[in-house]
Amino acid sequence: MAQQYRVLIGKPGLDGHDRGAKFIARALRDAGFEVVYTGIRRTAEEIAASAVQEDVAAVGLSSMSGGHVRLFPAVIEALRNAGAGDIPVLGGGIIPDEDIEPLKQAGIEAIFTPGTPIETIIEAFRSACRKHHSHRS
Amino acid sequence: MTAKNPAHQEWIDNELAESLARFPERKDRFTRHGEQVVPRLAVPDEINDRYLEDIGFPGRYPFTRGVQPTMYRGRLWTMRQYAGFSTAAESNQRYRYLLDQGQTGLSVAFDLPTQIGYDSDDPMSLGEVGKVGVAIDTLADMEILFDQIPLDKISTSMTINSPAMILLAMYIAVAERQGVSSGKLRGTIQNDILKEYVARGTYIFPPRPSLRLITDIFRWCAEHAPQFNTISISGYHIREAGSTAAQEVAFTLANGITYVQTALDAGLELEVFAKRLAFFFNASSNLLEEAAKFRAARRLWARIMKNRFNAADPASMMLRFHTQTAGNTLTAQQTDNNIVRVTIQALAAVLGGTQSLHTNSRDEALGLPTEDSVRTALRTQQIIAHESGVADTVDPLAGSYYIEQLTDGIEHEAVALLNRIDDAGGVVACIESGFIQSLIEDASYRYQQEIEQGKRIIVGVNEFRVAEEKSVPAMRVDARVEEQQIRRLAEVKSGRNRHDAANALQELERTAGSDSSLMEPVMAAVRSYCSLGEICNVLRKVFGEYRR
Repeated sequence: MAQQYRVLIGKPGLDGHDRGAKFIARALRDAGFEVVYTGIRRTAEEIAASAVQEDVAAVGLSSMSGGHVRLFPAVIEALRNAGAGDIPVLGGGIIPDEDIEPLKQAGIEAIFTPGTPIETIIEAFRSACRKHHSHRS
Repeated sequence: MTAKNPAHQEWIDNELAESLARFPERKDRFTRHGEQVVPRLAVPDEINDRYLEDIGFPGRYPFTRGVQPTMYRGRLWTMRQYAGFSTAAESNQRYRYLLDQGQTGLSVAFDLPTQIGYDSDDPMSLGEVGKVGVAIDTLADMEILFDQIPLDKISTSMTINSPAMILLAMYIAVAERQGVSSGKLRGTIQNDILKEYVARGTYIFPPRPSLRLITDIFRWCAEHAPQFNTISISGYHIREAGSTAAQEVAFTLANGITYVQTALDAGLELEVFAKRLAFFFNASSNLLEEAAKFRAARRLWARIMKNRFNAADPASMMLRFHTQTAGNTLTAQQTDNNIVRVTIQALAAVLGGTQSLHTNSRDEALGLPTEDSVRTALRTQQIIAHESGVADTVDPLAGSYYIEQLTDGIEHEAVALLNRIDDAGGVVACIESGFIQSLIEDASYRYQQEIEQGKRIIVGVNEFRVAEEKSVPAMRVDARVEEQQIRRLAEVKSGRNRHDAANALQELERTAGSDSSLMEPVMAAVRSYCSLGEICNVLRKVFGEYRR
């Protein structure tokens, strides 16, 4: 059987629109992942702490409020501060095209915008987790 | 005018005659072309008891055909575009633009820190200041927001829930400065905390003290602001979170029942506060299902108010509602297609008898709408109102076999859900157990899986795709807004009477710990330029915070 990866889905910032985050969490579960969902309105530090505590292989972030420019890099920094800078971070939500490159520069592995097929997202999580594991062992 | 049926005649002589005497229709005659007259209300030749019980006449119980006898022939729905972003000054400009374009009411969007009771300088506000709405920290911001907008002439809807009392107090204070007394104010505060726990997420306090704040507002407004809608019980966000149409009706009315019961328990007079309850629904793309949904919700609420709460005044049984088209149906692909979706959805709202309407803009799957796309969204409503002809007769879909069957079906499904909620101990218990959330999540997952598997076609997303560049200009909020807002807040705090502000907060804390109404101490704190965050922090200290 294939390796079961554990991932964290986080909602940084104040926005409560988590229909997308919950869908991704459940679809990943159906695809064989073990998924921890933080719930809404978590700080970057809370998300990083959960990621470390749950020993996840990847973190997925969702934002619909336009706050991603500040919030996603804040999670990367919090992970580094928690000594977990090697955990790959993926992001999604309402994110204008011109923000994607700067977010990748800040260390976000991949960004998914509305209409991305779920298979694409699952595959991206799988490959991020695989990389993370091989990097560790 | 004589009717074949005595019940119809009775309606003509009573409800209709009264309504026409008070509110003349928009035109002397409504015609299709030349002399082809459009009837005010088409009715079947044979009217039996079942018809009277389930369909009846507009402006009469059970209000299936609408809350007013003449509906849009008397007055069109209020065209009310939800707007707000960045600073109070920028939002004020957008409001004045919309009013110039023929919009007939304002609808204020606040940013998330304001909605969750954080000042702009709070660490929790990082990255969110001015993003999805306007940032309001103190009365000084509110004064700028409504600058040169006459509050005695315009009705204002404010999407604010947990801190609704504070923003209402600020609104009243601004009106006073314009010389407008609270008795003349018209508008709505959303003030619907229960749906925040299951769908929208801007809660601060636990359910019980939150319900107390709501009841305090009902009580104060009954005496001082009788024209103001004290709550907008919202299915919109429940639907956006992925519920079905029938779940939207059921969970919204279940919340409504809870607010009514809580107010009754606090000793408020049903026939006074019930008239000021308003509702807010979603209009999605299934045109006929949505139109039937509005009719079903109206009938079911009337029955609940009459049978469960023994309301006697018809005004207490009327479900009056605002509608917004479904944001979740907008696509980031081929964005012009969204104009068509919004048109269908807006039409459903009008065919369903909405009292006010917000139409989404085509570019909202990408970010905040531009001025151009907001104008097109408003024009969509104006075309439906003035060109389509659907506003010229009342409840045109009534009597269609399919529509009446759907209306009955949605009502029955909603009743079954209401019974399950009652059996499980009511809404608060069902929120705490996660029952309502899990039903919404299941429906949402099913819907999205149908799209992923191609069983449900979304044009431009999983079918009929084209290669395209996303070149729609999205509006961006300047990153400097946060700095500006923080600086302003510091200025206001240093310019106010420190002693008054401290006293007001102390008095607020004392009252929060007692049973007395919080409205007066909140008004005093607002007038002393205490900030929203300061006021909410006092309440957090006394009430605690909700976390899920």
